[in-house]
Amino acid sequence: MKYTKDHEWLRVEGDLVVVGITEHAATQLGDVVFVELPETETMVAEGDEVCVIESVKAASDILAPIDGEIVAVNEKLVDAPALVNEDPTGAAWFFKMKVDDLSVLDQFMDEDEYLDLIG
Amino acid sequence: MADLEGDKLQRLGLHDLHVEFGGKMVPFAGYEMPVQYAPGVMKEHLHTREAAGLFDVSHMGQVILRPKGSMAELASAFEALMPVDVLGLAEGRQRYGLLTNDTGGILDDLMFTNRGDHLYVVVNAACKAEDIAHMTARMPEVTVEQVTERALLALQGPGAEAALEAVLPGVSAMRFMDHRVFGDVWVSRSGYTGEDGFEISLPMAAAEGFARKLLAEPGVAPIGLGARDSLRLEAGLCLYGHDIDTTTSPIEAALTWAIQKSRRAGGAREGGFPGATRILRELAEGPERLRVGLAPEGRAPMREGVELFAPNDTPVGRVTSGGFGPSVTAPIAMGYVALAFATPGTRLAGEVRGKHLPLTVAELPFHPTSYKR
Repeated sequence: MKYTKDHEWLRVEGDLVVVGITEHAATQLGDVVFVELPETETMVAEGDEVCVIESVKAASDILAPIDGEIVAVNEKLVDAPALVNEDPTGAAWFFKMKVDDLSVLDQFMDEDEYLDLIG
Repeated sequence: MADLEGDKLQRLGLHDLHVEFGGKMVPFAGYEMPVQYAPGVMKEHLHTREAAGLFDVSHMGQVILRPKGSMAELASAFEALMPVDVLGLAEGRQRYGLLTNDTGGILDDLMFTNRGDHLYVVVNAACKAEDIAHMTARMPEVTVEQVTERALLALQGPGAEAALEAVLPGVSAMRFMDHRVFGDVWVSRSGYTGEDGFEISLPMAAAEGFARKLLAEPGVAPIGLGARDSLRLEAGLCLYGHDIDTTTSPIEAALTWAIQKSRRAGGAREGGFPGATRILRELAEGPERLRVGLAPEGRAPMREGVELFAPNDTPVGRVTSGGFGPSVTAPIAMGYVALAFATPGTRLAGEVRGKHLPLTVAELPFHPTSYKR
């Protein structure tokens, strides 16, 4: 699994990249009460705001970590936003992306580097 | 309530206890306050409604008003600052009050108690310095003393009575808005969650031991400011600086119930408070806008600042408090709307991230109150 400085995780599944938020991010956000997902079959660029996530405390965005096409979204999160707190790195994936070249993931942190970042 | 970040933050007397119990400390109204503990806002909120929550509200201002002459003179002087019946409040009873300004806006909301030979007043933390200056300047016949070196705890929820009775026998005989003195400990049966409960003022030196005894009682857990906010929002209670301020009148704020008949037109002591012209006019003719409950139809919370629109896209108001109601299990909000749109059931739209999302004007409170009257 790879990690971004925006506290997202990326996991390769076949030729797709699955994206979610880290346990650290979920804890910091607090109880998640609302998730808005992007449309599928949308082209996005790195840094685009693609999801909205609202906790009991505040609203925040999930940014596209890389350029690519959103090919699937986790509809379960719309009805059960609390999944983000319960299983952030498993059942609570947000979207899957198709990218030109999976080597784009090499730029991101591995687990040890991410753990150093969050102290 | 304004966050006074940038100024030096004050620490609560129970700071170490909050940290020991896992409190996440954040700046609020000039104090380092526990916003939540390990369970988080949602669980803390639900725990308070199901069992009992202990809140440290020692940042609030505690003030004693002493008469230089008689208590009746003190009550009359305080009535000249609030559209509220002070003279008629019996000894040992507490009442909600509002300091108004000359244009009928609200300087602060407060609780005041008749303690026989003086009044005990609890005001908002962010307003306390201004309140004390205002009361001192406007009531020369009264001595205004800020109470320091005392903590203020709130114990709220259906388990509050049994827990406090175990530590302080006798409190179970009190009813809603009663006040009793137990030696150095001053107890009111009130709070700001919509639940039955108590507010307890006691010497700072005794506060930690007292709090630990309460926390050792079955069902009592420490609760942070985050849950205090969602509890009061579900109960339809105003947060000063958000739902009420120097521009909102008590009538617009739907706090008309706080103005007793004696201070209204035709009452024994009609008017005679700051802003009486506007407040009495709005009582007679209705206000231009009204604070209402707002129920978003979707799952997206509508927070403070969200603009509200009529079905024809005319702006009609704004959200002043909003979030998720853990007991309601849906987003809830309060805000001001033009009077024509204030009837419960009226459908409006709130603008969230550029989109107009549907919501309905709702009755307050969102969650039924359970005061022991």
